[in-house]
Amino acid sequence: MTRIALTVNGTRHEHQVEPRTLLVHHLRDTLALTGTHVGCDTSQCGACTVLLDGRPVKSCTVFAVQADGGEVTTIEGLARDGRLHPLQEGFWQAHGLQCGFCTPGMIMAAYGLLRDTPNPTEEEIRAGLDGNLCRCTGYHNIVKAVQLAAAAMGVPADRAALSGGGQDAASTSSPATAATR
Amino acid sequence: MATTTAPGRLIGSSVRRREDPRFITGKGQYTDDITLPGTTYASFVRSPYAHARITAIDADAARALPGVRAVFTGKDLADGGVNAIPTGWLLPDLRTTDRRAIAIDRARYVGEAVAVVIADTPAGAADAAELVRVDYEELPAVASAMEALRPGAPLVHDDVPGNLCFQWALGDAERTDAAIRGAATVVRHRIVNQRLIPVAIEPRASLASHNAATDELTLWVTSQNPHVHRLIMGAFVLGIPEHKFRVISPDVGGGFGSKIFIYPEEVVVAWATRRIGAPVKWTAERRESFMTDAHGRDHVSDVEMAFDAGGRIVALRVSTVANLGAHLSLFAPAIPTYLYGTLLSGVYEIPAIHVSVRGVLTHTTPVDAYRGAGRPEACYLLERTMDVAARRLGADPAELRRRNFIPPERFPYQTAVALVYDSGNYVPALARALEMVGYDRLRAEQAEGRTRGRYLGIGISCYIEACGLAPSQVVGSLGAQAGLWESATVRVHPTGKVTVFTGSHSHGQGHETTFAQLVADELGVTLDDVEVVHGDTGRVPFGMGTYGSRSGAVGGTAIHMSLEKIREKGKRLAAHLLEAAPEDMEFAGGKFFVKGSPDRARSFAEVSLAAYLAHSMPAGMEPGLDATSFYDPANFTFPFGTHIAVVEVDVDTGRTTVLRYVAVDDVGNVINPMIVEGQLHGGVAQGTAQALWEGAVYDESGQLLTGSLMDYGVPKADMLPSYETDRTVTPSPVNPLGIKGAGEAGTIASTPAVANAVIDALAPFGITHIDIPLTPARVWQAVRDAKGRS
Repeated sequence: MTRIALTVNGTRHEHQVEPRTLLVHHLRDTLALTGTHVGCDTSQCGACTVLLDGRPVKSCTVFAVQADGGEVTTIEGLARDGRLHPLQEGFWQAHGLQCGFCTPGMIMAAYGLLRDTPNPTEEEIRAGLDGNLCRCTGYHNIVKAVQLAAAAMGVPADRAALSGGGQDAASTSSPATAATR
Repeated sequence: MATTTAPGRLIGSSVRRREDPRFITGKGQYTDDITLPGTTYASFVRSPYAHARITAIDADAARALPGVRAVFTGKDLADGGVNAIPTGWLLPDLRTTDRRAIAIDRARYVGEAVAVVIADTPAGAADAAELVRVDYEELPAVASAMEALRPGAPLVHDDVPGNLCFQWALGDAERTDAAIRGAATVVRHRIVNQRLIPVAIEPRASLASHNAATDELTLWVTSQNPHVHRLIMGAFVLGIPEHKFRVISPDVGGGFGSKIFIYPEEVVVAWATRRIGAPVKWTAERRESFMTDAHGRDHVSDVEMAFDAGGRIVALRVSTVANLGAHLSLFAPAIPTYLYGTLLSGVYEIPAIHVSVRGVLTHTTPVDAYRGAGRPEACYLLERTMDVAARRLGADPAELRRRNFIPPERFPYQTAVALVYDSGNYVPALARALEMVGYDRLRAEQAEGRTRGRYLGIGISCYIEACGLAPSQVVGSLGAQAGLWESATVRVHPTGKVTVFTGSHSHGQGHETTFAQLVADELGVTLDDVEVVHGDTGRVPFGMGTYGSRSGAVGGTAIHMSLEKIREKGKRLAAHLLEAAPEDMEFAGGKFFVKGSPDRARSFAEVSLAAYLAHSMPAGMEPGLDATSFYDPANFTFPFGTHIAVVEVDVDTGRTTVLRYVAVDDVGNVINPMIVEGQLHGGVAQGTAQALWEGAVYDESGQLLTGSLMDYGVPKADMLPSYETDRTVTPSPVNPLGIKGAGEAGTIASTPAVANAVIDALAPFGITHIDIPLTPARVWQAVRDAKGRS
């Protein structure tokens, strides 16, 4: 067993873990953060995507010990002060989810995409999310959700309410600050 | 769009979903998210062989590992009173199979469970499972149904001679034969509808806990129909009385049919929890999902479609071999028969049809309903054949279809294969789709492109689907071991707030929103005043669950019936309170009022309270305000539409790009257009994937070669286009809501649309058919072969 310290959604946790424990199992089983899902065993589906030090990672492909000392943001930590992140608003508004199982990972992957490409084209969104599988939506509304979020994050807070989705929340916060707060 | 909208304006509007806040914040609760104090974990030892005799199982090393609670074999289960998992649809002369949750002496497909280890941690269980030593004597195996029918093929079950589980036929053989003999043109071909693997993104999971104080067993399970699970597992497999058995299907991460059935693993955890005195949980790894989730499709069909000199279809004869896998899964016999053969008239007037089906056992994963379930197989067969015929007859594929449509004045329309279509008007959907895609301009662009080596293809599919399989009396006479009605209880609380208990189950369909829209409109309350409860046998009286695009048409109507009873009682009570005659009462805008005197009124909440106070009631009226209804539809409903795919094929690499996808659907009346469109999008993606990428592949020894997401072609975002959608509206006369159903339409329509588009692109090479999936390798090979021929 190895002792690790992780800051998860702003809270520091120290635990003994088996070296073979995957980050996703540590989050789900030890920290009871079950919003991060496991959909496969070959790093294909992306349901387990979380932010590690601000970057999306597939947490089924990271050992918990590798994340030692790092900052992790899961879907549970994305809303701030009771306000949804524009990506969460976008997925809700655009009907970017049906069963909801891939959604946390999809949102965290989209977070990484918008961090690198704040104003992506449809093609860039589709390419940027190709590590995440959704079986319900056919991706059509996921693309729209990310477009809505990008639009909301790209305008100042006082104008966000006019952007059509009512995403007045967190639109002034850059992805990086939300990831590391 | 808001969560709360003014009363009376919700049906037909794209209200955003009430379930989403929990999903987008990580608060959804799926089965694997639930852990009880003292939970133990199951890990299954699975056969690596498609067919093998199990000669010995040595679990001593596994049992010796710290934290291991138990190791059970198939014999332990049988000795412990666990019965075989039954078949839920019995055809005449069907040979059923003895399917055990854990194989006893023979394994019959790769991945079949041969033992289970239960330990304190998931990793501990997996470690111990690796230590279980099983001695196998490998036996010859057969994976293909065509091979399994050959004399001398290895037998899957010794008591099923020739591996032939059933032979089934429908239609007038003599009439069909005569029409084919007298036809001007007969199109004959063999087409394969390949085996698919469902791949719901949430793997199957189950958690069982036995309360020794009350002797109640609770099972959380990824099910589309928890009451069906309870009935079959309780009454047939485990012998647990239903009043001591609660099944909960919490949030379920997609089903697509694959979560209808009773699976071995949930039987094992439900049985084992009592044995070891602790909760037992099992969650599939994805590789287990590939090997053990019921697969779909897997038909080989010989088709003869006959035309008169005017290009009208005069007959259709189909002979299909359906691969059922190694055991009969719950509804396996119904899928390639009643859900397939009955749909072979499609949207066309076909005077004579005959279909015969042979259901065949093989050493592969059991096959059962997968999104569309029989109907996509029928639609693909018809629509692919229509394109082959159009080429042969020199007709435009759109025109050939239009010429053969059932005209609107023929409804209700009796087909040659038993069904009576409720309503339909097929030309407008086709015309709208052609207009949206710009058909004539596209054909010109296609012709121009071909002159410079650009291969565009346009594929049309005019589909019909049958939703809400019913009525129960009929399906019972056809072999169903269940009724196919739905129930709903609407409970109005004293404050006028409403809880709806529906027997439908949502695993992505958004019932918590759509059913609340229905209730809010019909009772004149806000959405926030309505709670929709589903997926718990401890709360919902009974229900048949969600599959076959039935929830809106059947589940929704059951709710509607209860709402009518509530309003009726409310009227009588309000009349009493207002000292008016019941027949003079009206209900609108959330108020009961006297006709012509809107001021003489009682609000819905006032009447609700009065019903519970019961201080002043009409003579003979019982206190309280709730109603339960069971709706058994008089018929199926029949959505239809036209889908058009536009593709470009790179003939040097064989790669297909879907450039555009146009879908015009008629699903009858719609409660929430956003949700209906979303389901169509997802269906189109799945059907497109069958046309282009997905397919389960077994090698000759029965090894599943497409056993992971690295090998099986589930589409990603960058493989698909955005979709262009529209609707026509032909309400169903079958139910008072006029709903037809939408859950499977996209899947049914899109496979032939995309396949037809690819083959249309390859027309200059003289290619008339390639079996799906049209992977780059297959297309490249077909083009190469065609070039070699010319």
